[in-house]
Amino acid sequence: MTDKDKSAAPVLELDNARISYFTRAGEINVVPGVSFKLAQGEAIGLVGESGCGKSTVAFSIVRYLGGAGRLTGGRILFEGRDMAKMPEAELRQLRGRRLAMVYQDPMSSLNPVIPVGRQLMEVPIVHQGASEADARKRALQMLAEVKLPDAESVFTRYPHQLSGGQQQRVVIAMALMAEPSLLIMDEPTTGLDVTVEAAVLDLVRDLRRKHNTALVFISHNLGTVVRVCDRIGVMYAGDLVEEGPIGSVFRNPRHPYTRGLLECLPVLGTDKRTSPLVPIPGQVPPALHRPQGCIFASRCKHVDPARCTAGRIDTIAIPGESTHRVQCVRALELPFWQRPQVAAVAAAADEAEAELVLDIDHLRKFYETSTSIFSGSESYDIKALNDVSMSAKRGMTLAVVGESGCGKSTLAKVLTGLEKATDGKVALDGSDIGGIRVEDRTSAVKGKLQMVFQNPESTLNPSHSVGFAIERSLRRLKSLTGASMREQARRLMEIVKLPADFVDRKPRQLSGGQKQRVAIARALAGDPDVMVADEPVSALDVSVQAAIINLLLELQSTRAATMLFISHDLSVVRYLADRVAVMYLGKIVEFGSVDDVFSPPYHPYTEALLSAVPIADPDRQQKRILLEGAMPSPRDVPKGCPFATRCPRKLGDICDTTPPPEHRTNSGHRIACHIPMEQLRSVEPIISTAAE
Amino acid sequence: MSVGTIPASTTSRQSRLPGWLRSIALLRESPLGIIGAFLVAFWIIMAIGAPWLAPYDPNDNDFDIGIIAPPSAVHWLGTDDQARDILSRIIWGSRIVLTIAPMATLCAYLVGCAMGLLAGYYRGWVDTTLMQVCNVILSFPVLLLYVIIMMKFGPSALNIVVAVTFVASPQVARLVRSQTLELREREYVAAAKMRGEPAWYIMLVEILPNARGPLIVDACLRMGYTAITIGILGFLGLGLRPPDPDWGGMIGAGYSYVMGGQVHMALAPALALSSLVVGLSLLADGLREISLRD
Repeated sequence: MTDKDKSAAPVLELDNARISYFTRAGEINVVPGVSFKLAQGEAIGLVGESGCGKSTVAFSIVRYLGGAGRLTGGRILFEGRDMAKMPEAELRQLRGRRLAMVYQDPMSSLNPVIPVGRQLMEVPIVHQGASEADARKRALQMLAEVKLPDAESVFTRYPHQLSGGQQQRVVIAMALMAEPSLLIMDEPTTGLDVTVEAAVLDLVRDLRRKHNTALVFISHNLGTVVRVCDRIGVMYAGDLVEEGPIGSVFRNPRHPYTRGLLECLPVLGTDKRTSPLVPIPGQVPPALHRPQGCIFASRCKHVDPARCTAGRIDTIAIPGESTHRVQCVRALELPFWQRPQVAAVAAAADEAEAELVLDIDHLRKFYETSTSIFSGSESYDIKALNDVSMSAKRGMTLAVVGESGCGKSTLAKVLTGLEKATDGKVALDGSDIGGIRVEDRTSAVKGKLQMVFQNPESTLNPSHSVGFAIERSLRRLKSLTGASMREQARRLMEIVKLPADFVDRKPRQLSGGQKQRVAIARALAGDPDVMVADEPVSALDVSVQAAIINLLLELQSTRAATMLFISHDLSVVRYLADRVAVMYLGKIVEFGSVDDVFSPPYHPYTEALLSAVPIADPDRQQKRILLEGAMPSPRDVPKGCPFATRCPRKLGDICDTTPPPEHRTNSGHRIACHIPMEQLRSVEPIISTAAE
Repeated sequence: MSVGTIPASTTSRQSRLPGWLRSIALLRESPLGIIGAFLVAFWIIMAIGAPWLAPYDPNDNDFDIGIIAPPSAVHWLGTDDQARDILSRIIWGSRIVLTIAPMATLCAYLVGCAMGLLAGYYRGWVDTTLMQVCNVILSFPVLLLYVIIMMKFGPSALNIVVAVTFVASPQVARLVRSQTLELREREYVAAAKMRGEPAWYIMLVEILPNARGPLIVDACLRMGYTAITIGILGFLGLGLRPPDPDWGGMIGAGYSYVMGGQVHMALAPALALSSLVVGLSLLADGLREISLRD
């Protein structure tokens, strides 16, 4: 076989692959028939919401579906060989050598009791019979290739001694050790912080090109796919509804579901005033009851009942874009796609006139820890919040962004009184509540400040009905009882757009988005002036996320409540915030109106964050700034600027030794940095739209 | 978002039943659990129906047949060394096991839950103190502890309950504490604090109901252990006063005849005891399977 033939034959070919799970209830056909081809060196990103079958498809390629899952029709060809017919022994040989997988949690792929170097060496020793010395040399080489600093020392370390990002790099190194022809990655960056994620994504893209590895990249985040892949496959309820090159799919998505996904995704640069999010109505139909015809028909705004629900929907190729295929009968009739736009609405009521509702002034929260009971005297502080000041006026959304460990959740705990501030002031409508634990607050104060939590699975007590949580809040905070309490609970359910009879349901009968709506209703029960929302949408699928964001914005404007929105997602923050505080290591490095923070002058950390956000729009150009290392432990905060250890614009010793001064502008924009303001102003915007 | 279109099928027929009935309905999917449930149900029926089901008075001596008579048509399981009908004594004996064991387990749970909830919820010195007390109790050899308690206070049903509570509640406390430590971090607990619920309310209404899965399983197993404990105490002569038909005491009395080849006197109550304990273990296994699925 010549080289030319080799590159022409696809590495992977799915030919109408039909996958089912077998349960007590019988066969559940989760993937009715998926077809796509992947050539040598090509990368396809499979995206879709949870339960759409993207992982099932990926696992079926390596026959990792477990006892219950089976390929029940069609073929999966890897390098021309039928995977379904391959004997188990041969398959084992193939996995790890020609085929490699990287999972979301790196610790599930690493053995915690063996140094990582040893684990890497095993790959060539087991699969290629390499000698110890040879394997060691190649392992070290690979560690250097995944850009782990000081490969020699990483080599001897155990997995738990590495950070999450470093662990994932080791797993990627291990996957690439045997030079596989196909790499499958299942949400490889989902658990990582955005700056680490960006570095890993860039690494994956560079390495797959260098090694000419074909890649199946599974993600729920369209932005990450744009960064890594050439092609994208959009899955919905087990169907590959659209597949094609990134450019043509994003510029003019043909399937209404793809359009819907893009329309409910805030893209960095859009905000609530110009591009409203449009959630997809309805829910995914359960796999047991697949309707006739198009499975998206019940939620589709372009549906033509006569044709869409008649029979099997064929996948058609878009004329002129031969590799762009869509499973929709109306694909060619739809108008060219445009992001929904409205004329810019004037900024919410003149800020200067609104009253100050929340004023946080030099807030500190230190946790005291002692190293061990034997050296009890040796205690040190974790500086979770170190001199934090910010304020919000009535009806405003104040967003706090930062990576995990920056102190943003501690801030929420102090505000809500679950933790007591060490020092500083939190003024709510003028009275200081920072040092008062929630037990000691009056019910009026408790009602004024309520919270929406992050995890829809743990926000409601599974033992009690949905109405219970809301009714208890009404009883405790509003002293309502009996019929008036129940009446008000039903009204609150309607306000969050849930059917009133849901009050009798148990949380497990609700979807994630519905649970989050109940949590919002519970927070509203106290008629709050300030609503603290700690990552309220980060655990939700994008279409649900859009609906919840819209609900929060609507409630905020109708009730003139102030929202403190805590998030790691800069796209969402850009979309809904009026003011933004960027936190790093317990300090606010930048604070200002959303327009000020998201355009120059930037704090170098804000700049790095913006450069790292994966953007689901291939036409937006992003400058890349790679951050070295990880956030230092809040136990030993750098003496000078907290960001000095990773700052790409570090001036010199002054950054390490002296806390930075705060530059202030007339518009209230604050940047804590040693770099002079003039110089920060001259920085180019990170994100620009490519010239047509 | 048109949430009004959610299919009513999410409220299936099963989920309209009350919780405990639903668990029983789910049990049919675990064959071992069913066997366990049947064994336990069998003994419950025996205990309740003893006056009608037992062929003879358990303390009547049938000297026509004689002592230690082998099983026959008249005495299905034979007679013991005082010529009493073994079958009747086993049936009546089930009453004792099935009242003392659940009572003792219940008391152990009341004390254990209280200690575990307080330790897990408040942590700090409360936790340290309570757990140290538990460790001290747990570090004693269990049997010695039973013997000391029964010798000191005398053999009676109440004292058995007290002894079992004393020994078992630290174990329950540890289980409840570990559950509480995990559950207290849930967001619904934070939400309850934020609406101003008192600590006792959070512990009993927000935390404890969600720990029920492992606790129910443990309670089943623990009831089995307690049945064995009662048996052991009876065997050692520390159980109930002699005339009462106590399985442990029956095994103890029959034990000396086993060497002589007359096994039925000890074997029958021993089988009764083990069938009840095995039944409870299987039921616990079945319940565990269910709790993992839901």
